[in-house]
Amino acid sequence: MKIAVLSGKGGTGKTLVSVNLAAAAEAAVYIDCDVEEPNGHLFLKPQDIKNEGVAVKLPHADPKLCTGCRTCVDFCKFNALAYIKDRLIVFSEVCHSCGGCLLFCPQKAISEKEREIGLIQSGISGNVRVVSGMMNIGEASGVPVIKKLLRDSRKENKDVFIDCPPGSACMVMESIKDADYCLLVAEPTIFGVHNLEMVYELVRLFQKPFGVVLNKCLEEENPAEDFCLQNQITILGKIPFDLKLGTMNSNGQIASRKHPKYKDLFLNLLETVRKEARHETASDT
Amino acid sequence: MKQLLILSGKGGTGKTTIAGAFIKLAESRAYADCDVDAPNLHLIRPHASPARRSDYYGMRKAVINEDSCKSCGFCRQNCCFEAINESNGKYVVDAYACEGCGVCEAVCPIGAVSLQPTVAGELMLYKEDGVFSTARLKMGSGTSGKLVTEVKKQLKQEAIDADLAVIDGSPGIGCPVIASLSGVDMVLIVAEPSLSGLSDMERIIKTAEKFKMKIGVCVNKYDTNKELARKIETFCQERELPFVGKIPFDNAAIKAINRGQSIVDVDCPAGRAATKVFYKTLLIMNS
Repeated sequence: MKIAVLSGKGGTGKTLVSVNLAAAAEAAVYIDCDVEEPNGHLFLKPQDIKNEGVAVKLPHADPKLCTGCRTCVDFCKFNALAYIKDRLIVFSEVCHSCGGCLLFCPQKAISEKEREIGLIQSGISGNVRVVSGMMNIGEASGVPVIKKLLRDSRKENKDVFIDCPPGSACMVMESIKDADYCLLVAEPTIFGVHNLEMVYELVRLFQKPFGVVLNKCLEEENPAEDFCLQNQITILGKIPFDLKLGTMNSNGQIASRKHPKYKDLFLNLLETVRKEARHETASDT
Repeated sequence: MKQLLILSGKGGTGKTTIAGAFIKLAESRAYADCDVDAPNLHLIRPHASPARRSDYYGMRKAVINEDSCKSCGFCRQNCCFEAINESNGKYVVDAYACEGCGVCEAVCPIGAVSLQPTVAGELMLYKEDGVFSTARLKMGSGTSGKLVTEVKKQLKQEAIDADLAVIDGSPGIGCPVIASLSGVDMVLIVAEPSLSGLSDMERIIKTAEKFKMKIGVCVNKYDTNKELARKIETFCQERELPFVGKIPFDNAAIKAINRGQSIVDVDCPAGRAATKVFYKTLLIMNS
């Protein structure tokens, strides 16, 4: 079962929920798709780390073959190419690696070179295999890193928890594409509701089964809970606002490993999620 | 017009809360929300009159004309983004995966594929006492960096006479953040005292330094982990980055936000601390 954890916004507790669920499961894989700001490894502290680079393909023109016809420059929709002073210049940050320049060069002067844009770090943390994608600083898009992360995870037969990037744009779409179930984390503020609405729209657009976990719940009114009730969204569980949990979390500790009370909380949540996901996928088919 | 951009590397640290307070304190006549994925600033900047809305066109996307398509499959074979699906001999473009590169259009032997403009979001402009430029990316669209550029362009065009623009940034270090950095005078980084917060802060600082930005750092909710808050302060001292202050966790602040107010609209510890941070930031920006 692949479970994607998303929230529309950072800071609501995606990483808290995904690392704790992974730690509570008997055996699991945790994949950090928040490649701009990966944090899961700070909690899970994996051992036996292996690094693998992620590269994209960039065009490279052979000056001996290139006649300066500019077919490639005219074709490129991303303005990633220019022909200046008898030479083809490639603006690597904006190249999408579509391969068009290579395909349409009449002289067959263009070949592809690899450029590293990030890395995938994998290791073991007890019962959890931890895989994190890390985009290099200064890069515009982490999508290729996410694509590789998820392509590699397709063969996993354990429970997979995908910690998604914030927002609802291209990187998040990429992260939930293969997921069997989406877990939306929401916090009890008007910001929280607004962000929940956005991911709610996204999971419906992708027709994914989903449910909500309410995080940082206080005794007072909870606008996020009201939103779920109004829209008949399944609430899978509530995590109380609790200073002890907050402190453990800010110190990079995993509550479900440290404290039986939280182990129970996350085990229960995991069971509910599994039940819901099975039910939802069964009723889909 | 001077531009102050608020960033954090990560969401949830309080960028919008601080931006809201700064706008109020500066009586700013120009502000923008560059978090086009999940804009929130409008929630605490209530407006009496509706926004002027305009469609934002992102990259064009491929469309296959069903009637003329002969199902040769060249488009699918050549698409690097796995954006063309085939079922029962019919070829369809997955608009979410399509990046608009145009390879399919160029390889189609009978001209059945074309790139067509698509609405990728909406720009909004509020004009009352001040100018507020914001936008919302359509669900599932890419190119948020370009929309951020549009938000800033709209702000600049409409608020020529404003002294200070406060810009609420987006989380992360990728294209929307890089787009928001261009042309600003200073970046205020809001850090959160947690191990994740520390890691995110270092990544955003490196990003801002790469673009040679003037930086200030503040810690929000510092008392949720005082030890790490001190660590952030020491980090700044060692790196000679101006540390502009710390703001406590404050229930009154959450209540103000939930009422659609800024934290300096009520008298509370967080609001008072944010006021100090504001004046210190201004000093650095103008130095």
